[in-house]
Amino acid sequence: MDQMDVIDGGFSAPVFNAQTVFRAVMDAMARPGTVQQLAELAQPPAPLAATAGAVALTLCDHDTPLWFDAGLQVSAAKSWLGFHTGAPSAATPADAHFALVANPANLISLENFAQGTQEYPDRSTTLILQVESLTDGTPLHLEGPGIEKSATIAPTSLPRHFVEQWKQNGARFPRGVDLILAAPDGVACLPRTTRIKTTEA
Amino acid sequence: MYVAVKGGEAAIANAHRLLADRRRGDRSVPALRIDQIVEQLALGIDRVMAEGSLYDRELAALAVMQSRGDLIEAIFLVRAYRTTLPRFGYTRPIDTAAMQVERRVSATYKDLPGGQLLGPTFDYTHRLLDPQLAGDPDVVEPEQRETDGQRMARVSEILAREGLIEADGELPEDHLTGDITREPLEFPQARDSRLQALSRGDEGFLLALGYSTQRGYGRSHPFVGEVRIGEVEVELDVPELPFPVTLGRIRVTECQMVNQFKGSAKAPPQFTRGYGLVFGQSERKAMAMSLCDRALRAGELGEDITAPAQDEEFVISHSDNVQATGFVEHLKLPHYVDFQAELDLVRRMRGEHEKRNQINENDQREAAE
Amino acid sequence: MTTAATEIATYNFAYLDEQTKRMIRRAILKGIAIPGYQVPFASREMPMPYGWGTGGVQVTAAIIGPDDVLKVIDQGADDTTNAVSIRAFFQKVADVAVTTETAKATIIQTRHRIPEHPLTAGQTLVYQVPIPEPLRFLEPRETETRKMHALEEYGLMHVKLYEDIARHGRIATTYAYPVKVEGRYVMDPSPTPKFDNPKMHMSPALQLFGAGREKRIYAVPPFTRVVSLDFEDHPFEIQTFDQPCALCGAEQVYLDEVILDDKGGHMFVCSDTDHCEKRQACGHRGHLAPEALEPAQ
Repeated sequence: MDQMDVIDGGFSAPVFNAQTVFRAVMDAMARPGTVQQLAELAQPPAPLAATAGAVALTLCDHDTPLWFDAGLQVSAAKSWLGFHTGAPSAATPADAHFALVANPANLISLENFAQGTQEYPDRSTTLILQVESLTDGTPLHLEGPGIEKSATIAPTSLPRHFVEQWKQNGARFPRGVDLILAAPDGVACLPRTTRIKTTEA
Repeated sequence: MYVAVKGGEAAIANAHRLLADRRRGDRSVPALRIDQIVEQLALGIDRVMAEGSLYDRELAALAVMQSRGDLIEAIFLVRAYRTTLPRFGYTRPIDTAAMQVERRVSATYKDLPGGQLLGPTFDYTHRLLDPQLAGDPDVVEPEQRETDGQRMARVSEILAREGLIEADGELPEDHLTGDITREPLEFPQARDSRLQALSRGDEGFLLALGYSTQRGYGRSHPFVGEVRIGEVEVELDVPELPFPVTLGRIRVTECQMVNQFKGSAKAPPQFTRGYGLVFGQSERKAMAMSLCDRALRAGELGEDITAPAQDEEFVISHSDNVQATGFVEHLKLPHYVDFQAELDLVRRMRGEHEKRNQINENDQREAAE
Repeated sequence: MTTAATEIATYNFAYLDEQTKRMIRRAILKGIAIPGYQVPFASREMPMPYGWGTGGVQVTAAIIGPDDVLKVIDQGADDTTNAVSIRAFFQKVADVAVTTETAKATIIQTRHRIPEHPLTAGQTLVYQVPIPEPLRFLEPRETETRKMHALEEYGLMHVKLYEDIARHGRIATTYAYPVKVEGRYVMDPSPTPKFDNPKMHMSPALQLFGAGREKRIYAVPPFTRVVSLDFEDHPFEIQTFDQPCALCGAEQVYLDEVILDDKGGHMFVCSDTDHCEKRQACGHRGHLAPEALEPAQ
């Protein structure tokens, strides 16, 4: 592994870049289904993409154990995140504050991650899913808090049986995981409160 | 004519100018220097360091000067500064048995290895005002014996040899020491977090609670196993180095309160302990802390929780004087919007009350006629 | 290097260090994801006292950026001393643009009021919260109230409100009137008069709540259902005023009572100073407005 891969590619202006990324994620979490545009602010080594890397730099540190999917587990990206954030690796997905997922299509099922407790539902994993696009996939029609009437996104790729998995996640409320979808041009979020409307034809 | 409260900024600036003037006082009197405060108001400085959770005599002295001697304000200044400091790591636990002891007294033994050392104490002074101090008289040099560099065993270790006192609580192997300045408060607290909260808790509050346990509100039959005051080394483990690095020495006061205990379903008859440790020289605080610590262990030792001092949420939630003073004093901020809402409600209810009385009176009159 | 950074070299942009900001930001995201749930956070000492807006200040400091326009109000007014002080703090530590105009602000930090001017998408309202726990005065123990929230066991609150009705003929809570968020969590709206409660319902703005001393952050996302607790036979009602604002003539706004003399003379004026000034600038006049008293010569 090239040492420079691990060191280069962080934020050029850490304070302000982190604020920019956070506001995009906050707005995306507050308005599920909207895409918040983000310029390329970080250059992590493959297979971690720029947006997912920037989100991780913004939110992760010593206090947030990270879980990596198979592709990231054996990559320079993992060392890059360790160097830039100081975040420890989570022993199991249930210990992870954040999960970084380069290939959502092969993701283990969502129920493996920390769901929080009934008393502390905030103690659940936030998954950062790296997606190729937020418009080219199967459209998902969304409703719930943050959405005035309805919203639509079409991310690709998503975890297998996503609509069903997401329904189960919602059924666990107030427990449950939250998703940050990181695409090349921006972020969208699915907090646990968002429901996917299934149109029974 | 309604005059809006305008010019808040100018009012604040003027108030602060007046404050600066009053702080300095009569300009013909020489200004205090930081070193004078450090040297001559040392116990006030110790309290600011202890409750400000920052061991720095000069900064504490500056805070005392800036706050005009209002120690809670000084503690607040130190806390607000401390919170902005980067965290490099956590030191090794200090070893108080290796303390360079200046004072050490035990109430449980007449004499003990290492001896009783009175040290710089107000005890046995007669509290008579000394007018001579105003004239800055010469002060004779103190007599001090050389230290022998030996560890001075703690009374708890002596009792432990007989198996009469509870052991140091075992912590799980993977237990990470809590840090109340970095983690949200959660109840019930682990003892490490609770001791941290007590250590920075308000001296007066803990004193009153400790006192209440002596008067029967959560009685715990305490004996001062020992109080010791002196300097200890602070060491940091650095991963790259095979030995700990000494960062410096700090003065601390430690109190081990030994409490008779008849045993419960959870624990055998033995002596139990309450622990107090604070920055600087503050016996009153360390002793009060150890009484409160013992009282707060009621649940752990299977005792009934009946008194305020045993109630963890009550004690810990109200022990921080920076929080307490902020919230009590916030009542002087404008609340007129809510007061308006209450005015309106009271007026309406009052109106209805009078109307009801009127009707009642009329009814009575009619009945009488 | 920004001007803010050079002026106060020893403090970070927006005062808080980055690690603290990350911790607060994570709490905010969880708060948004669980509307009305109080997320514990490791609140820091701030350079203003606890109880004076440290929670709101920490939230604002964690979200604010160089492009934001900040408005700070206390009791609805931009010129109350604590609002002035907090606004000056952010001008100093974040070199941020400030405004008194509700419509121009991207972030509005408030104590005790929601502005009269409707908020819009993209705005964030940051509340300063003294006691975030709506059940606190019914059950002082955090361990107990946490259980009640977990089990969605809010009977105690309904009993309290019903006792009010039995005793006073009405719900005698006029401010910090409890609400239910998205049908799940009972939430304290902070000590705003209940007049403002309906503004929280389906607001296009993001509402964030910071309680510094009590170490809690919570949120109401935009377009979220916020319902004031009530009973079928005693529906929730807001305060009404018998007269319009004496300065701008506004009706259906929250008014402050101003004492004019020591003989009982008083008048009612808008609590939202920006709203009142805007209306006066547009030519609206109340019966005690300067021009109404002294007709133009």
